[in-house]
Amino acid sequence: MIGLFVLLLKREALLLCRRPAELANPLVFFAIVIALFPLAVGPESQLLQELSPGLVWVAALLAVLLSLDGLFRGDYEDGSLEQWVLSPHPLFVLVLAKVAAHWVFTGLALVVLSPVLALMLGLPAQCFGVLLLSLLLGTPVLSLLGAVGAALTVGLKRGGLLLALLILPLYIPVLILGSGALQACLHGMPATGQLLWLGSLMVLSLTLSPFAIGAGLRISVGE
Amino acid sequence: MKWTFFHKLGSPKWFYEISGRWLPILGWAAVLLILAGTVWGLVFAPQDYQQGNSFRIIYIHVPAAFLAQSGYLLLAIAGVVSLVWKMKLADIALKCAAPVGAWMTFIALVTGSIWGKPTWGTWWVWDARLTSMLILLFLYFGIIALGQAISNRDSSAKACAVLAIVGVINLPIIKYSVEWWNTLHQPATFTLTEKPAMPAQMWLPLLVMVVGFYCFFGAVVLMRMRLEVLRRESRTSWVRTLVEQSIGRGGSA
Amino acid sequence: MIPPCLEGVALTCERDERVLFEQLNLILEPGEMLQIMGPNGSGKTSLLRLLAGLMAPTAGEVRLAGRAYSEQCHESVRQLLWLGHAAGIKGLLTAEENLTWLCALNKPATQEAIWQALGQVGLRGFEDVPCHTLSAGQQRRVALARLYLNPPALWILDEPFTALDRHAVEHLEHHLSQHCDRGGAVVLTTHHQLMMKPARYRQLELGQEIS
Repeated sequence: MIGLFVLLLKREALLLCRRPAELANPLVFFAIVIALFPLAVGPESQLLQELSPGLVWVAALLAVLLSLDGLFRGDYEDGSLEQWVLSPHPLFVLVLAKVAAHWVFTGLALVVLSPVLALMLGLPAQCFGVLLLSLLLGTPVLSLLGAVGAALTVGLKRGGLLLALLILPLYIPVLILGSGALQACLHGMPATGQLLWLGSLMVLSLTLSPFAIGAGLRISVGE
Repeated sequence: MKWTFFHKLGSPKWFYEISGRWLPILGWAAVLLILAGTVWGLVFAPQDYQQGNSFRIIYIHVPAAFLAQSGYLLLAIAGVVSLVWKMKLADIALKCAAPVGAWMTFIALVTGSIWGKPTWGTWWVWDARLTSMLILLFLYFGIIALGQAISNRDSSAKACAVLAIVGVINLPIIKYSVEWWNTLHQPATFTLTEKPAMPAQMWLPLLVMVVGFYCFFGAVVLMRMRLEVLRRESRTSWVRTLVEQSIGRGGSA
Repeated sequence: MIPPCLEGVALTCERDERVLFEQLNLILEPGEMLQIMGPNGSGKTSLLRLLAGLMAPTAGEVRLAGRAYSEQCHESVRQLLWLGHAAGIKGLLTAEENLTWLCALNKPATQEAIWQALGQVGLRGFEDVPCHTLSAGQQRRVALARLYLNPPALWILDEPFTALDRHAVEHLEHHLSQHCDRGGAVVLTTHHQLMMKPARYRQLELGQEIS
């Protein structure tokens, strides 16, 4: 079973690496959204610094959401999902590998990119640790929860907007805790509480959502 | 054996007969309780010493907010029943209760915002409970939108069931995170375990209204479910005889 | 007594308020081939999807080796090979990579076996070519190569002959009937008349009144 997990992880990585343009899209989107805010609210550095925790998190959330629309679409269209569902292996293992690959190539990439963009918004350097840690804990939750929505909407022609409608309300706790952690750090307060909460949300979604994703895929394939 | 009751409940015909008997009771109870609660709450209950008469909107706001949350819980329970026991009636319940619950959430939001005007001076305050109510409305919208987007009836019901269960697990997390985000909020109006802070003349009519709203919700959902059962079973013989009977009765009258 | 490898009991399939078939019974014993016929839209693909367990019937049940799908708690008892309209071939991966993965989902296959299977479907020399550069018929052959890679006994094939040339069709027919004669079982839909049939061959006509 672990062998299969690793094999799927490798296969997904291979697939993503053969289409490098798609890998870059969420990252570019993340950067553009961040760049939009100073243009919209004005370039005062004080205001931007004050807003930066929220901006980084909203942008990260939207970038993950956008990348999720295509998570299962290719596999649905070429019939791979049918083979997964009929395989003698439990579906949640396959699903977990798929989401893990997605997270490594979008979530983790966002985490790596975030300090640069946060710097442009004027977030002080002592907050980078909290920024990285909160994104590191929060983005897997975004990927996992979003995959539930992606699994449920994969069979629909125009599922993208619906996916956002289904998933964004569920993202709110992560947004509150993630930006809360950054805000606390910005005001010189400890952010341990929020980070611990984010960690427990991650464990919770890691344990429960693979089953929901599997159920969603079965429903979409069985349509 | 012990599950026969459960399976019997799953049979549409049996449900139609039983619900036909419950519906008038629930409907009349709703009318009487809501009427009584309204008159009692609006006319006889004393004024609030701080908010004056404007507090009386709680007689709609609080029951609607109760129903909004119970309604979502009902969706999730129906979802579990539908996924685990594959009961068609649970699918119907989920589909029929979602819009009613969404309307309740909407009423709670609107009355909350109207209440906010004299109390806080603005129509909208990012108060924790109003915000969670808004998020709840979005969750309802998600379920309704998903249900309508999937054309296949069975898949649509199952997908909604999964979403409702995921949502209900998230609901407490959302609620607590929003409360934590905005710690400036009023404590809940009254809970079942603690002694309420309001005098009895104020909360008794509220209790009557809450029960009345539950009856109203039940009656509306039952009516919608009966309609849906008839539509889905339209090819079966019992629905045909039923329709023929009612046409015959209508023609002779 | 050995239970039949596939059994459909009183199957009813309803799609969007339209009944495709009602009270359909079928049994597939080891060694049998069942060809499902019928005009477009008569529910052939739906029936195959029901039999494969991808879709739940509106009423009735499907039993695989004597056990209903609804009772199977573990997926591990599911031993069948399903090839649908889309066969799970990724255009960005090579034929060999595709097969490695598809086999790993059931039973892992060695590289040697995969090359041999690709040779048998006439794709020698195309092992390392990304599948999106192959023609439709060649892509179909990649999917069909799974039939040569230590497959489970029960095959459910939806239109396996589409896009194949005459030679490949003959070759596949031969392989299918050989599989049945060796004790395997095949359910397939196709519009074309099979030239080579196994000893135990039956047809099921959909889209007519089923008594």
